[in-house]
Amino acid sequence: MESRGRLLLLLPLVVVLLAVIGWPLLDTFWLSFTDARLGGQTGTFVWFDNYLHAFRAPAFRRALFVTVVFTVCTVAAEMLIGLGVGLLLNMDLKGQKFMRGLLIVPWALPTVVNAMCWRVIYNPDFGALDAFLQQTGLIGTYQSWLGDPDTALIAIGVADVWKTFTLVAMITLAGLQAVPQELREAAAIDGAGPFKRFCVVTLPVILPPLTIACVLRTIEAFKVFDIIWVMTRGGPLDSTKSLSILVYQEAFSFRHAGYGASLAMLSVAITMLLIGAYSRAVRMQGVPR
Amino acid sequence: MKPTRSLIAAALGLTAAVAFSVVAEAKTTLNALFMAQAGYSESDVRAMTDAYLKNHPDVSIKLEFVPYEQLHDKITLAAGSGQGYDTVLYDVIWPAEFAENNILADVTSKIDPATKSAVEDGAWTTVYYKDKAYGMPWSVDSKYLFYNKEMLQKAGIANPPKTWDELLVDAKIIKQKGIVEYPIVWSWSQAEAVICDYAILLQAYGGKFLDENGKPAFNKGGGVDALKYMVRTLKEGVTNPHSTEDLEEDVRGVFSSGKAAFALNWTYMYGMANTNPKESQIVGKVGVVAPPGVDGKSPIGTVNGAMGLGIPTSSQNKDAAWDYIKFLASPEIEAKYAASSPPIWKSFYEEAAKQTRPDADLMAAEAASFNALSNRPQVPDYQQFSARLQQAIQQALLGKATPEDALNAAAADLSN
Repeated sequence: MESRGRLLLLLPLVVVLLAVIGWPLLDTFWLSFTDARLGGQTGTFVWFDNYLHAFRAPAFRRALFVTVVFTVCTVAAEMLIGLGVGLLLNMDLKGQKFMRGLLIVPWALPTVVNAMCWRVIYNPDFGALDAFLQQTGLIGTYQSWLGDPDTALIAIGVADVWKTFTLVAMITLAGLQAVPQELREAAAIDGAGPFKRFCVVTLPVILPPLTIACVLRTIEAFKVFDIIWVMTRGGPLDSTKSLSILVYQEAFSFRHAGYGASLAMLSVAITMLLIGAYSRAVRMQGVPR
Repeated sequence: MKPTRSLIAAALGLTAAVAFSVVAEAKTTLNALFMAQAGYSESDVRAMTDAYLKNHPDVSIKLEFVPYEQLHDKITLAAGSGQGYDTVLYDVIWPAEFAENNILADVTSKIDPATKSAVEDGAWTTVYYKDKAYGMPWSVDSKYLFYNKEMLQKAGIANPPKTWDELLVDAKIIKQKGIVEYPIVWSWSQAEAVICDYAILLQAYGGKFLDENGKPAFNKGGGVDALKYMVRTLKEGVTNPHSTEDLEEDVRGVFSSGKAAFALNWTYMYGMANTNPKESQIVGKVGVVAPPGVDGKSPIGTVNGAMGLGIPTSSQNKDAAWDYIKFLASPEIEAKYAASSPPIWKSFYEEAAKQTRPDADLMAAEAASFNALSNRPQVPDYQQFSARLQQAIQQALLGKATPEDALNAAAADLSN
C-alpha cells in the first residue's frame, strides 16, 4: 500500500520527464539517422551516413579537441584553486566571515552576465585587463585576448574558472567542517608536517564530496555553450567552437537537422561515459574506509 | 475530505479570471522581432510602434530586440513553433533561404506597381526571390567611408581618398605624423560583418563572389586582390590589429573616441558620431563619402545592406501584420527617422537634393552608393557560404594562410 502510494506520487514527475526529455531524445535519435532539414523537410533514412560524416569532418574533431581541452583545463584549475581557497578560508583569519560571504558573489552571477563583464574587461582598445598589464609594465601594447586564436580559449577559460572555483571552495569548506579536529591536533603533536597532515587527515574526509563536484563540473564543462557564445560565438577561426556550438551551428544556422542530431547524439554518448564515472564515484563514497 | 467554502470561492474566482482573460483577448496581439543595433534604434522602433498604436487601439504589439547575429536563427527557430512572430526584420541575404524553406509568407499580391516604382531599386533585392515578394523593404543601406576631418586636416590631406591605394597612402601619412597609431579600423570579426567589408573591396577591385554558373569565383582576380589589400594594411601597421575581433559597434566605439581616422560603417554611425556628445568625443568632426574604388576597375565600392519586414508563414494575423508593416515603411515615418537608416523612397532623395542639409555629405554618399549597390550571393545556403568564406578571410588576416591558399581552399570546399 505504502509503496504504491510512493509510486503514484512519482508518476507526475515521470510523465513530465518523459514528455520534456524522453520524447525529444528519442526524436533526436531518430533524426540522426535521416537527412532531415530544419524547416519542413522530414528527410529520408540514411542509416549511419551522418555519423560517418562526423568522424571524417575536421570540424567535428576540432570541436571535440576544443571541448576536451576546455573541460580538462578549467576543471583542473577550478579544483586546485577552489581547494586552496577553501583550505585558506578554513583557517582563523581576520574578516573570514566576510570573505566566505564574498565567495558567493561569482557563483550567484548569471553565466551570461559574467561573460559580458569579462568581454568588457578583455576589450582590446579600452579593457581593464590590458590597461592594468600595460601600466604595470607587463605588456608593451594592448593585446587582443579574444581576437587571437591562440589566447581566446584560455581567456574564456579564465572567465569560467573565476566563476566556478567558488563552488569547489564552498564544497571544500563544508567538507572541512567534518574533519575531526582532535585527529589533526594529535597528528601535529606526533610531529607530522602540514602536508602529511593534509594527506592523511584532511584529504580522505573531503575527497568524496570533491570527487562528486569534479565529475559534475566535468559534465557541465563538456556541455559549455553560453559563456563561449557570448564572448566569441565560436571564433576566432573556430578556436573556441565547442561541440555544443558546432551542434547549434549545424542544426540551426545551417539547418542540417539530421547531421546536427547525430553530433548531439555523439556528445550524449561521451557525456554518458562521464555519468558512468559519476555513478562509480557515488557508489565508492558508500564504501567504508 | 469535504471541500471548504474557501476552496469553492477560489475555484470560482479562478474560473472568472480565466473567462475575463479570454474576453480580453479579443484584441489582436502582434509579436514583432527587430534588431538591437545599427539601423533604426530600439527607441526609434518603439516610437514608431506607439504612433501606430495610437490610431489602432484594437491592436497590441509585443516588441523584441536581438543583436543582428541572433536575428537569422531566431527567425528560423520561431518558424517551427506554434506561437512565433507576426512581423520580423530580416536581412537582404536571407530571402533565398527563407523562400525555399517556406519561412516567410508570399506577399507579392500586396505590393502594387506604384509602390514598386516609388522605392529605390536596390531595396527590392531584400524582398524578391524568383519574382516573388516575401516582405516589404524597410531600409536600404550600404557601408560608407567615415573619416575624421580634424585628423586629415592635421595631416595636410585636403580631400578624402577616391581610391583604396590613395587611402593607404593617406593612412601612412597620418601614422607617420603621429596623429593616431592605427588610422583605419574595420569590422573583421568572424561574422557577417567581415563579409560586408570584403564585399566592398571585392566590388572595388572588380571581383565576383560567384560566376555565371553559381560556382565560387572569389579566389580569382578581384577577389584575391581585395583580400591581399586587407592583409597589406595590417602588415603595414595602418589597420588596427584588433579589427579581427570587432563588429560594427566596436568600430563605432573606436572611431567615436578619436582612435581612428578612417572607418567603414552603416548610416547609423553618422548621427551618433557627429551630433551626439553622449556617444562621441568627435562631435562635428565626422566626414563621410562613398567608399573608394580602384583605378581601372570600379569607381566605388558598396555592399547592399537593405533590410525588409516580413510575415512568417506561421503567423495567425497576417493582415494585421501587413498593416503594421505598411505603416512602418511609409514615406512619412521613414523620413522622420532617416538619420538612423536611409529611407527606401526615391522621393526622399529627390527632396533632399533640393534642400541644404547639415548632413549633405551623407546624402551624397548615399546617392552615389545606391546607384551601384553590389549584392552578396542570393543562394538558399548563403549561411554556409558565408561561414566558410569568413573562415578563409580570417585565416589570411590572422596570418595562418596566404590569401590565395585560404580562398582556394574555401572555393574548393564550397564547390562540393
